[in-house]
Formats: sequence, C-alpha cells, structure tokens
Amino acid sequence: MTDISLDTLTTSAARPRRDIGIKKRYAAERRFRLYGVLAIAVGLAFLGVMLTSIISKGYTAFWQTTVTLPINFDEKIIDPSNKRATDPNVLITANYPKIAEAALIEKLGIDPNDKAEVRKLKGFLSDSSRVQLRAIVAADPSVIGTTRNVDILAAANLDSAFKGQIDLEVPESRRKVSDQQVEWMNKLKAEGVMAEHFNTGLFSYGASSRPETSGVGVALIGSFYMMVIVLLLALPIGVAASIYLEEFAKKSRFTDLIEVNINNLAAVPSIVFGLLGLAVFINFLGLPRSASFVGGLVLTLMTLPTIIIATRAALAAVPPSIRSAALGLGASKMQMVFQHILPLAAPGILTGTIIGLARALGETAPLLLIGMVAFVADYPTTPFDPATALPVQIYMWANEAERAFVERMSGAIIILLIFLMAMNIVAIVLRRRFERRW
Amino acid sequence: MKKALLTASAAAFAIAASVGYASARDQIQVAGSSTVLPYAKIVAEQFGETFTNFKTPVVESGGSGAGIKEFCKGVGENTIDIANSSRPMKKDEVQSCVDAGVKEIQEVKIGYDGIVFATDVKGPDWALTPEDVYKALAAKIAVDGKLVDNPNTKWNQVNPNLPDWDIAAYIPGEKHGTREVFEEKLLIAGCKKLGGVEAGKAAGLDDKAAEAACKAVRKDGKAVDIDGDYSETLARIDSNKTGVGVFGLAFYENNADKLKVATVGGITPSVETIAKGEYPVSRPLFFYVKKAHLGVVPGLKEYVEFFLDDQMVGPESPLAEYGLVAAPDAERAAQREAFGAGKTM
Repeated sequence: MTDISLDTLTTSAARPRRDIGIKKRYAAERRFRLYGVLAIAVGLAFLGVMLTSIISKGYTAFWQTTVTLPINFDEKIIDPSNKRATDPNVLITANYPKIAEAALIEKLGIDPNDKAEVRKLKGFLSDSSRVQLRAIVAADPSVIGTTRNVDILAAANLDSAFKGQIDLEVPESRRKVSDQQVEWMNKLKAEGVMAEHFNTGLFSYGASSRPETSGVGVALIGSFYMMVIVLLLALPIGVAASIYLEEFAKKSRFTDLIEVNINNLAAVPSIVFGLLGLAVFINFLGLPRSASFVGGLVLTLMTLPTIIIATRAALAAVPPSIRSAALGLGASKMQMVFQHILPLAAPGILTGTIIGLARALGETAPLLLIGMVAFVADYPTTPFDPATALPVQIYMWANEAERAFVERMSGAIIILLIFLMAMNIVAIVLRRRFERRW
Repeated sequence: MKKALLTASAAAFAIAASVGYASARDQIQVAGSSTVLPYAKIVAEQFGETFTNFKTPVVESGGSGAGIKEFCKGVGENTIDIANSSRPMKKDEVQSCVDAGVKEIQEVKIGYDGIVFATDVKGPDWALTPEDVYKALAAKIAVDGKLVDNPNTKWNQVNPNLPDWDIAAYIPGEKHGTREVFEEKLLIAGCKKLGGVEAGKAAGLDDKAAEAACKAVRKDGKAVDIDGDYSETLARIDSNKTGVGVFGLAFYENNADKLKVATVGGITPSVETIAKGEYPVSRPLFFYVKKAHLGVVPGLKEYVEFFLDDQMVGPESPLAEYGLVAAPDAERAAQREAFGAGKTM
C-alpha cells in the first residue's frame, strides 16, 4: 500500500475523472420520483372522479319533495256506512288515497266532476298516502270529520321533476310527467305548498317498490345486527386463537400448517364463505334463510383470519424483554400474557378488528347465497328475522329501472362510505394514541 | 369491561349453540328471476299494506335457475315457498324437485314480458326483422346455401334501410332468461327464413347442431354479452350512441326519455301489441308455489290469490303500469281457477 509511487498518483489526478454516471443516476432518481407523483396523482384523480360522481348524483337523495295539504278526514269517504265502532276493518281498508286526492283537487282548484282533469292527477301524489293517513287515523280515530295539514310525499317522478332531473325538453309522450303536471307543480311551488324537506324516510323506511318510500332502515338494522355478531364471535375466538398460537403452542409442522392455512383463508374470495354458510348453517343446521344471524356467522368466518393475522402481528411486536421481565418477577405464563402482553398489543388488535369489521360491512357476495339479497319491507325485530345489509340495498337499487332509484343508490353509497370512513378513522386514532414503539 | 365482554361473548356462543332453533315462520319467502322481481315486489308491498295481519313477503333476487334450485331443496320451514321464473320450469328441474320431496307444484302464469331493441333517443328510427338480427349477430350466416363467417360489419350491409352504423349490439348474457327468448324468437327464426338450417345440414350437421349453429352469436366483439342488468345495457348505450341494446319492455317504458325503440317485423312493441300476440318477441312469466306450504305458511294462499286478482295483474293494474303485459281475460280467469282447484304440475 505504501509503495505507490508519486508518479502514478499525479498521472491519475491528471486523467479526466472516472465517469461514475452521477448525472444518469440523478436523472433516474428524478424519473422515479416523477413516476411516484404520477401514480399518486392518477390514484387521486380516480378517487376524485368516483367521489364527485357519487356525491353529485346522491346528495339530492337526502331531500324529498312533499306537498302540504289540508286533509279533510271525510267520514263519507273513510267510513260511509258508519260501521267503524263495530267493524274496525273499515278503518284499515278505507280509500285513504282518495281523501289525499280530494285535498289536492281543492288546492289546485280543479272541478272535481271533470273526470279528464282529475285523471291527469294520477301519479302526482305517492300511493304511500294510504299507509300514512291510515296511521294517523289509527293513532287517533277522533280525527275523522276534521281537517288537518299533512305532508304528503310527492310521487317519485314528480320528485325527480321537482329536482330538475327530468329533461322537460323531451316530447311529452316520452317522459313520465305530463306538461299539465309540471304546470301544477310550478303552481304549488310558487304557493310554497310543494317543497323539499330533509328526507328522514331515507333512514327509516325499509325496501319498497316506490322510490319515494324506500330507505335503508331495514338494511341499517341488518348491518348493525351482523356487526354485533361478528364482533362478539370473531374477536374472542380470533384473539384466543392467536394468543395460543403465538405464546403457548410449540412450533411444529402442525402449527406451520395452521399458519399457512390462516393466511390462505384471508385471501379466499368471500363468496366461498357464502357457499359454506348455505351448506352448513342453513341446509345442515336448519337456521332460517335471509336472517342477519346467519349473515353474521358467515361474516365472522370471513373476518376471523384477518383478526388472527393482525393479532399475531401485534403480539409478536411486543418485545421479548417484557416477557422475560414478567416471568423473571415470578409471573405465570398466563399472568404474563393477560397482564402484560395483551394490554400492550391491544391497540394493534383493535385496529385489525375494526379493519376486519369494515371489510365485513361492505360485503354482499357471501350474503347473496344465504338469501339476504332480498326485498325486505318489514323491520327485523330479532337477528333471526329476514333483513338486508347496506351494500345489499345499494346493489338492489342499482338494478332498478326507475330513475329516482339512481339518486337513492348514490345516497346509500354516501351513507355506507361515511360509516366506513368513521370506522377507519377510529382505527387510526386508536393506533396513534395508544400504540407504543420500542 | 373485560367481564362484560366475556359475558357477552358467552351469550353469543350460547345463541350459536342453540342451533336447534325452530319457531314457526310467519313470513312468505320468495326467490328467483330478476325480471319477475319488480312485479313480485309491488305485489308483496301492497299485500303487506292491505293485509295488516300478515307480514310483507321477503322476495330474493338471484335468477330463475337459482330460485328454482332453492325451491327444489325440499319441503319445510327453511325452504322457500315460491320460485319466480321468467321461463317455464324444465323437465329435469321438476324431476329434481320430486326427488327432494317437492311433489306438488302449482304453476301460475302472471302475464307476459316483451323484449325490445332500443337505441339512443336521438338516433334515427329503426325497423328490424328477425332476419336482420340473424344476419348482423350470428357467428356464421348462410350465404348462397353455405355457412360462412359473418362478413357484416355495418348495419346497412345487413339491410340497406338501416343506418350506416358499425354493428355494436348489447345483448343479454347467457345466464339470462331473456337470452333464450332472444335466440329462439330472433336468431333461430331469422336463420330458418334465410335457409341457415339447410346450409348447416349441407355442411354435414344434424338437426340439433344446425339449430345450435343458428343461435351461436358472433364472438368478434360486435355483439357484447351483458351479464348484469338492463341498467348496464343503458349505460353502454349512453357511452356508445350508435349501439343497439336489448331491454325488457318495462325497463324501456321507464326510460323512454333516453331510449328509442325499434320495431320488429313492422310492429312497435307495446303492451297492446304484445297482448294481441302481434309483436313477436315476448315470453310468459311464471311463479311456482309449493302446495305443501299452503295453509302452513301464514298468508301464502292469500298472497297468491292477491297476486292473481285483476287489481294486480289486470290490464289497468299497478303491474301493467310498470310494464307487465296482462294475459287475456280468459287466461287470467283460468289461472285463478286452476290455483283455486289446487291443480299441480
């Protein structure tokens, strides 16, 4: 090393610098950064397009057009032969839409005997007035014979027209609202009788064939039941399985096999779990179809691998020094796990659980096979009653022919996205606040 | 907190363990065709509103085949009561039903559904014939008595009266009930008129193979199978203004401001022309009732009777308004009578 002659050194210094490609390498780095930025930009652009399209189509679903009418609960229409004291069925089968129509006729100043004009009113008010007015009368029969202001829902096509979603330039015969109806609509709008209100029905109604009375009520309850069942079953089973595998089980071929299987199960398409649920829970165990209980069990099976993997990772991240310290102070292995390891791993476990739940909340495929992709109008009182789920309701509305369902579908997507976002934010907050790093 | 969680989980386990769960089902369960679904929903909803002592039936979607399969699982609490279908039940399906103990099935025809071709509303008028459809969409067509690969790329090559548009047709996918009607009433009908069957036989095919060759749809991207619903077909036409889509009559009528319907054989599809049997591309819609469940599942008999009532399936009913083509008066009366008499398949 020492006998390098001065001569060689000087000549090497005089030679032009060896090309180490620094410019090329810098350029490569700049290009790589550019690709990265482009990738993010493309991703954000797609997200932006998706959100804009959903929100621009869906925000109108949160408003619903109603017509406030002075309804005369006319005894002559509801109970013409005055039999309601003896036969309560009269109040159930009465022609309630007719009193709503009569009120509208009066409001518009149409001659009630002009049959042709009256016929044009068909499809102006929602048929749901039957149920709505019946409920008022059932709650308080003394209302018969009096007049009271009631907000009657406008029919879906009028609602769409009111919101400007129907192209009125198209010839009259090609659209679902007539010019006369539009004229009446504008008249009522000018009088302030017809107006948009916040659509509470979107959250409370069950499925319906009429867009104006369909909502995500049943779906919300079904999804809630399923999430509770998934949480109660998947969390304890998943955590117990991971604690055993991570802390107690000896490493052997068998545990390796289990690990490979769990990782595989996490990647199995969710419809496979639906098939399993149909075969085991419905056909073999005889549980009812379309019930959120069965849906919860299927989603539990689907979520378990996710929770087990997250829990094992969280347990493994607790440093061995904690274990050694606990054992060194005389704690039993059980005490070490439950008093030291588990509390330290809890944030990771909860994060994994919430992400698993969020995935389960958005699933439709496994529910298709157990009969939960269905038209369910009645509220489920127990988890054994037929119910649907939020994503299922979105799917069902996406297949409808009527225009008004499009906005409802987008509205339901917004509701689902809000739930998912809230769950993910909780997961992030939990991780930020409680996670410890060593 | 930990204790509460433990107790709750224990409770959940207890519920899970009580799999012998069985309480009388008080709700009708229906499954099947997505074409019949909107009609079944309307009836189910009105049934629930009219009969306040019964719950609203649950109507599952999923397709005719899947519905019939569920229907044929057997008799009892956890099997469905009614299968909706956009085609008659096949012989082997009836057999599988009988094998599983569903021996008595009542068939109910609710009306007819039309299948229409439609283009973007701003396009020119279209007049199609089954021959045009065959010449435009079949994989091989008969030219001078010989089967050749379909050479047509534009509609006006098929028929000079049609516009100069590239052929782009969005037709129902193979799992759709609509597809069968499309093949039978258009492709095979057109094929027979143009001598495609003879050409097939001349090429050494037997009767069945010649018919199969008739209904084979071209696979070069000019005919696109839509496996989703009609709303997907509508979206395709929205993005390709020179595309032609196949829809159900009800769907078209609900979207008449976006679509223009084509005549077939000179007849404009409408409830009237289909009811009279003039419009060629239509099919009956059915549902199947498990006789063993009548009188066991509360409201089942009332539901079917309500469905068959003229105020539901008649010419001025909510179903007709949605796009169902009502069966002729005599046929409706016969359906009611057959159900009342308990006639089984």
